Amino acid sequence: MFKRLIKTWLLTDIVSGFWLTFRYMTVRPKVTLNYPYEKAPLSHRFRGEHCLRRYENGEERCISCKLCEAVCPAQAITIEASPRADGSRRTTRYDLDMTKCIFCGLCEEACPVDAIVMGPNYEYSTETREELMYSKQKLLANGDRWEPVLVMRLEKDEPYR
Amino acid sequence: MAEAMQELFGPAGVWITWILQCVAIVAPLIVSVAYLTYVERKVIGAMQMRKGPNVVGPLGLLQPFADAFKLLFKETIVPTGADRFVFFMAPMLTLLLALVAWAVIPFQEGWVVSNINVGMLYILAVSGLAIYGVMMAGWASNSRYAFLGSLRSAAQMISYEVSMGLIIISVILTAGSMNLTDIVLAQKGVWFGVIHFPMFVLFVISIMAETNRVPFDLPQSDAEIVAGFHVEYSAMGFALFYLGEYANMILMSGVCVVLFLGGWLPPLDMAPFTWIPGIVWFFLKMAVILFVYIQARATLPRYRYDQLMRLGWKVFLPLSLLWLVLTASVLFFTGLWPEYGA
Repeated sequence: MFKRLIKTWLLTDIVSGFWLTFRYMTVRPKVTLNYPYEKAPLSHRFRGEHCLRRYENGEERCISCKLCEAVCPAQAITIEASPRADGSRRTTRYDLDMTKCIFCGLCEEACPVDAIVMGPNYEYSTETREELMYSKQKLLANGDRWEPVLVMRLEKDEPYR
Repeated sequence: MAEAMQELFGPAGVWITWILQCVAIVAPLIVSVAYLTYVERKVIGAMQMRKGPNVVGPLGLLQPFADAFKLLFKETIVPTGADRFVFFMAPMLTLLLALVAWAVIPFQEGWVVSNINVGMLYILAVSGLAIYGVMMAGWASNSRYAFLGSLRSAAQMISYEVSMGLIIISVILTAGSMNLTDIVLAQKGVWFGVIHFPMFVLFVISIMAETNRVPFDLPQSDAEIVAGFHVEYSAMGFALFYLGEYANMILMSGVCVVLFLGGWLPPLDMAPFTWIPGIVWFFLKMAVILFVYIQARATLPRYRYDQLMRLGWKVFLPLSLLWLVLTASVLFFTGLWPEYGA
């Protein structure tokens, strides 16, 4: 009781609080990342911008099974398919609405041929909404751009799949 | 200075002197307000293990100007149903009142715009009027949040002004004058911050409440009423309120230095301390008080409204009253009365 009175009237709690913030100001190292110049390490499971991959011979992997379209909880994927001239089934349209996507990774999970994968890129902000409506060309271009990294990430994750 | 000006420009010399003096105070004040916001962000950042602004200019030193220009170019929005005249008057009044009080603050012996004998009363009156800016803003905005914020603000400022007044009376009794220069000179031997130490602590806490700063920032409490009385203000009006708030902080720390920390006097009347000019001491002491302001913001959580009122009326008022009686009795029975009416 007496102890508590002293504590209240001498403002000991407040003084110790001030001492704490002062120590933090002077001693503790800063944790700020200078973002555009410094970046945080990424997990190989990081779910970033989507990519459509190709086989090594340049043939696109997607066989338009539409499993990703079906599993997508946000219904961000729209696929239209028809037989190509050589008789194989391919997509004529593979649209991905990045404004709808919730980055759950289910499309990647559902894909039987590892065609749609989520890459490590998270710096793809745009100035207009329209630019975020990704087409098949855009996704394939992404795949070509990130292929080496994607292979590495898939290999690392292989034991856990 | 006024005499020399009168010789140069004739009767207009007095006016020119006044204008020059005003500019000499207001211009550095505005710049210090700008850099006070910068220092605040840097210090709070450091206390939270962040870097604070560091992009605009070297070390982020141009950040306050970037902010100021951004606010200048923004659109001024007047809410529907707002009383336009009062709405625009409020921020101007707030800033004006934060500026006019500087007229009586002595920066060094003789460095004061108006060396009046009721300087302390003048400061109390001006800081009392500051409530009007807040009340006008809250009422004219025609918004519930703003209105609530201004009501809280008015109640809070009035509550703490009472105990502030009593604390100041203790100081005035010991100094024997309301003239701020005389109050500083009366601290030549030992500062009032030492003699009246409990009152010094109370005063520092009171000025935080008076200027609506954390932990007493209920009028603007962001979590409950968004930004309080200036929620409807944008662009220049908003900037003026901010300017007013920070100018008030600087003013109050100046008053605190004059009353308790011996103004421009060095801590000890000895060789290495007296080499530094008095005005530097004055600014150094002000910087210390401002640092406490900023550190309090990084350290303490906001008071609840009833706690704030309880602290003001049930703790500060009796304590300062008790101390006033004690001061008066000690002065009376030891015969240490200073010479009044000097």
